[in-house]
Amino acid sequence: MRKPLSAFAVHAILGLYTLLALFPIVLVVMNSFKARRAIFNTPLRPPMPSNFDPVGYTKVFGDSSLPFYYLNSITVTVGTIFFTLLFGAMAAWALTEYKFRWNTLLALFLSIGIMVPIRLGSVAIIQLVAEINLINTLTALILVYTAQNLPLAIFILSEFIAQIPKDLREAARCDGLSEYNIFFHIILPLIRPAMATVAVFTMIPVWNDLWFPLLLAPAGGKQTITLGVQQFLGQYITDWNAVLAALSTAIVPVLLLYVIFSRQLIRGLTSGAVK
Amino acid sequence: MAEVVIENLKKSFGAVEVLKDIDLTVEDGGFVVLVGPSGCGKSTLLRAVAGLEPVSGGTITIGGRKVNDLAPAQREIAMVFQSYALYPHMDVAANMGFGLKFAGTPKAEIAARVGEAARILQLEPLLKRRPRELSGGQRQRVAIGRAIVRKPQVFLFDEPLSNLDAALRINTRVEIAKLHKLLAATIVYVTHDQVEAMTLADKIVVMNQGRIEQQGKPLDLYYRPANLFVAGFIGSPAMNFLPGVVVEGGIDLGENGRLSMALPAAASPGTRITLGIRPEHMRIAETAGLPSLPATVDLVERLGETGFAHLRLATGGMAIAEIRGETGLRTGDKTVLALDPAHLHVFGPDGRRIG
Repeated sequence: MRKPLSAFAVHAILGLYTLLALFPIVLVVMNSFKARRAIFNTPLRPPMPSNFDPVGYTKVFGDSSLPFYYLNSITVTVGTIFFTLLFGAMAAWALTEYKFRWNTLLALFLSIGIMVPIRLGSVAIIQLVAEINLINTLTALILVYTAQNLPLAIFILSEFIAQIPKDLREAARCDGLSEYNIFFHIILPLIRPAMATVAVFTMIPVWNDLWFPLLLAPAGGKQTITLGVQQFLGQYITDWNAVLAALSTAIVPVLLLYVIFSRQLIRGLTSGAVK
Repeated sequence: MAEVVIENLKKSFGAVEVLKDIDLTVEDGGFVVLVGPSGCGKSTLLRAVAGLEPVSGGTITIGGRKVNDLAPAQREIAMVFQSYALYPHMDVAANMGFGLKFAGTPKAEIAARVGEAARILQLEPLLKRRPRELSGGQRQRVAIGRAIVRKPQVFLFDEPLSNLDAALRINTRVEIAKLHKLLAATIVYVTHDQVEAMTLADKIVVMNQGRIEQQGKPLDLYYRPANLFVAGFIGSPAMNFLPGVVVEGGIDLGENGRLSMALPAAASPGTRITLGIRPEHMRIAETAGLPSLPATVDLVERLGETGFAHLRLATGGMAIAEIRGETGLRTGDKTVLALDPAHLHVFGPDGRRIG
């Protein structure tokens, strides 16, 4: 008799949390379609013919540089996901599969990155990036974000790779696959759910980050969308229509990426491999 | 197919020696079964032949080619794992053809070989299924199929039947025996099940603590075990061991246990020996002039036509004797146990057979 009750309680709590988490987003999207006066006078009222005003969107889409900012954000995010997954999975495979000197020490060293915020090294990163002439490039951002996300990626992926039965790798070795082929044809397909998890974890902070774009690529048309929105935030006047419209549209690409990756989060992919 | 020759093979994990001076020849087309208790090194030996386990010393030759430093794929072996180790993200056909694909075999030939293996193993209707949609027995056949398509010099089986249920195990055992004849394959097979060993092998290799205790034809091992370990390991229920001392003209097994019999010359009076006799070589209550021992029935197990009587001997030990038909034997009965002198095994103080 206790079980349905507790299930109900769990769902109630989750539902409440969902409402809480979605509320500001709904507010942003709602108000992005309203006139400036309506945003301030009746912020909680949904858009209606009486207060509807797409001025924010016309401004955002009318701005010739904003599409480039979107593209920059997408490039940086996708690039970071790609390199984080590739290098993360490779490092995780090496650390779990091969026994070599300093193996444990190296794994520990890599996991330190999870605990130390990369922003503490901002000054050194700027110096380094300036030295190698990568200021105002997307490459700089991708490199920094990949470094930032690798430790957690390696940590998560190692756990998953360790769960792949040893017999599978040995069967592949008997089948004559090179170590690279084992990695790409056996290991990668089997840790797809884990890679999707890592991709989602990686994607959102990178997409939302303001700090490194501000430090490393603040000009030269290489701004990301989070930085691009800042042009509507003035010291004395803020163009709220444009800010809300830009924020609303910024949700779309990351939502699409999330949908793509969440489809990979299928459980039980390895079932049937071994008894 | 090829001959496998293993000479002075050694393997240590740190200070622990798991294989000690293994010498073994697997004849071309031979079926060698490695048996032994857990941790005896039989799987390690198989993995060393496969190339999955580096060795510490000695040589392994397959088809006249020394393979010590070759990768598994270059040794022209195929291994069937206890866990099957099928690639879960590929269908049956892809699983079987996977190795060939990476060896650069033309597509048409891969399809032909997979089709041939599928026909032999009756896997044709399952070629498009994923491993998770197969039963245990089907998975096992796919694993064997994956080995067949590669046309290896040597097949290596690592306890392939352990994960199957009893009925399926017997079927698959018969299939493996037929397959061996059909392919004229050289096979090295690891198991801890001595029935598999007895029925499948041309040659059984009994291993214990990293050493080969004895190798030979199944029935040779059964009728002439070289030492106590092999005598106790081969046969079910196990051979009965009766410790005693050699006396003039016979042997003394303890209270009421003086038996007169001819003993080998090596057993001089005063030597501590162990008498071994299998359950089927003992008779209950029919002495007929045979050496016999008084005993009390402890338990009777009936399996139908045959059965086993667990007996407490007057000398203090326990013994199991086979019974046939309806004997009317009950727990607590006092009886006599006759030993067939033609089937007595005598082991010396060091456990070696002396007669």
